Amino acid sequence: MKLRWWSALAVLTLALAALTAAGCGDDDDDGGGGGGGGGDESAALKKVGKGEGEVNLIAWAGYVEDGSTDPKVDWVSDFEKQTGCQVNVKIGNTSDEMVTLMRTGKYDGVSASGDATLRLIAGGDVDPVNTDLIPNYADVFEGLKDQPHNTVDGVNYGVPHGRGANLLMFNKDVVKPAPDSWAVVWGGDESQPYKGKITAYDSPIYIADAALYLKATQPDLGIDNVYELDDKQFQAAVDLLKQQRDVIGEYWSDYTKEQAAFTSGDTVAGTTWQVIANLVQGDKKSPPVDAILPEEGSTGWSDTWMLSSEAKHPNCMYKWMDHIISPQANADVAEWFGEAPANSKSCDLTAVKDHCKIFHADDEEYFDQVAYWTTPTKDCGDDRGDTCKDYSEWVKAWTEIKG
Amino acid sequence: MAGPVGWLLIAYLGSLAVLFIASLWQLDDFSGEIVQDPGLQNFKELIETPVYRDIVLRTVLIAALVTITDIVLAFPIAFYMAKVASPRVRALLVVAVLMPLWSSYLVKVYTWRIMLQNEGIVNWVLDPFGLQGPGFGNVATWLVFSYLWLPFMVLPIYAGLERIPNSMLDASGDLGGRPWMTFRRVVMPLALPAVVAGSIFTFSLTLGDYIAPTLVSSTQFIGNVVYSNVGIANNLPLAAAFATVPVAIMIVYLLIARRLGAFESL
Repeated sequence: MKLRWWSALAVLTLALAALTAAGCGDDDDDGGGGGGGGGDESAALKKVGKGEGEVNLIAWAGYVEDGSTDPKVDWVSDFEKQTGCQVNVKIGNTSDEMVTLMRTGKYDGVSASGDATLRLIAGGDVDPVNTDLIPNYADVFEGLKDQPHNTVDGVNYGVPHGRGANLLMFNKDVVKPAPDSWAVVWGGDESQPYKGKITAYDSPIYIADAALYLKATQPDLGIDNVYELDDKQFQAAVDLLKQQRDVIGEYWSDYTKEQAAFTSGDTVAGTTWQVIANLVQGDKKSPPVDAILPEEGSTGWSDTWMLSSEAKHPNCMYKWMDHIISPQANADVAEWFGEAPANSKSCDLTAVKDHCKIFHADDEEYFDQVAYWTTPTKDCGDDRGDTCKDYSEWVKAWTEIKG
Repeated sequence: MAGPVGWLLIAYLGSLAVLFIASLWQLDDFSGEIVQDPGLQNFKELIETPVYRDIVLRTVLIAALVTITDIVLAFPIAFYMAKVASPRVRALLVVAVLMPLWSSYLVKVYTWRIMLQNEGIVNWVLDPFGLQGPGFGNVATWLVFSYLWLPFMVLPIYAGLERIPNSMLDASGDLGGRPWMTFRRVVMPLALPAVVAGSIFTFSLTLGDYIAPTLVSSTQFIGNVVYSNVGIANNLPLAAAFATVPVAIMIVYLLIARRLGAFESL
């Protein structure tokens, strides 16, 4: 009796340890097999029917606002009233998180950045989208249509949402003089006064930000595309990130964590999104902050609303895709998140009249300077051949950088 | 007895077996799909990459520190509850020890975050002495874990001390043992199994946690690497291999605990 009781207890304790260590994986499904059929032969919807009553979205923070963050910020409630589609949103903090969430098959759609879209398409997690069923698609800037990150072999896999650049946010009371370069975050002499109060984005894709800085400061490395890094370039970027590690207070991936850290003064400089800067600036208790596009340029994103191949509410999802790129909603979300809208008619509807000018909405030359997030692959895309570091190497290096 | 034990075997040992088998698969570099081709390459990678070794060491070290801290903090409380307090006070203290378990884990961790931040109460208290709080880092994780798991240490020690008959303490006194001598020669040996029993909880809970480290530091624990391999890299085999490490550590720990008689004391 005693022995049996003992062994049961031992097993229980063991299992507890193992389960908690295994990350309480509520969503580790069948092991990333991808699930879902390949998008190529499954035909896109022919006609948008009646809404199914709800739609489940994965989105970046600030993309789906129903007034609960700020009563004045709401482009969801009217949509819900008009279509009868109740909108449920799950915030994704990184592209990787979004891909994992999509693979659970529990969601109808996602606002995916370029480093997620191709992975989702290749994995069969998203279906082609029939843009003829989305009237507002006609007004989308031509520069955003049929791009490599949203279209494969001439098939559209979603509608462009908007685009923007990652910015440098700093505490104006502490960081003086106001920086105009990323140098302040990279652990060199410029960062030393702020040691322990620097932050960075906690995702392997942030390695590209290091490459972008090296591209400007060490031309002899010959970095062209910051997502296509060969051995030497990659190592230089990793070394720079390790140097940065010494001055980092904490990394952020949850946007509320960065917001709290700037508000409390624990962090005084680091990479950010405009929407986080808005939230900090809107907080009366917070020290004054500014968010700028440094002289080296920046990494950025061009997002796409995609339709899950396992969507249970495809009609509502189509309605949502049409709504979010409609002139007014797209203007609202672009202003709140701080990015360039996708709909050309949105530019007349923004509260700040020259929003589109500030964010270079139709300035293709400007966006040529922004390195959109994209998934690194072995293929360098030029005469270096298959010698570049793919994403799994980036992930490994990121674990090593954090130590 | 057979029913519950059978259930435990399938639900817990079964999932552990699946975990171990999954750790032998590998990931196809090109497609990112799992190839069911058994081999030890994941374990090889864990051993050969220095950063994984550092993370295991750090996790075990902090788990051990948390356990020691909790023993030091819990023993006086438990002793007071078991041997000094009146029945009424004792009941109140038991409730007080259990009370933190009623509130959410996240609330407690976030509260620590607010206390430890730059303008937080810790810095405010230390400031007049010219000192500064630990900020967010390893020290913060140690503090938070010590706080979180303290009740799991107090209760077993309390139960263990309560089982020591008062007559033994009296006998020690009658034979000329001073309080410190009685404590060292009578109470300590009798309470040791209970302490070890409590340490199983504090140690294994710290070993497996990955949420608190992300909230109060940028430190990586074993669980964080497992999580990032599941969620970011989608490399489930490597995640499974790394998840077997704490299992192995706990098996060793439990074997030692058994020798020290902890299981009779739970």
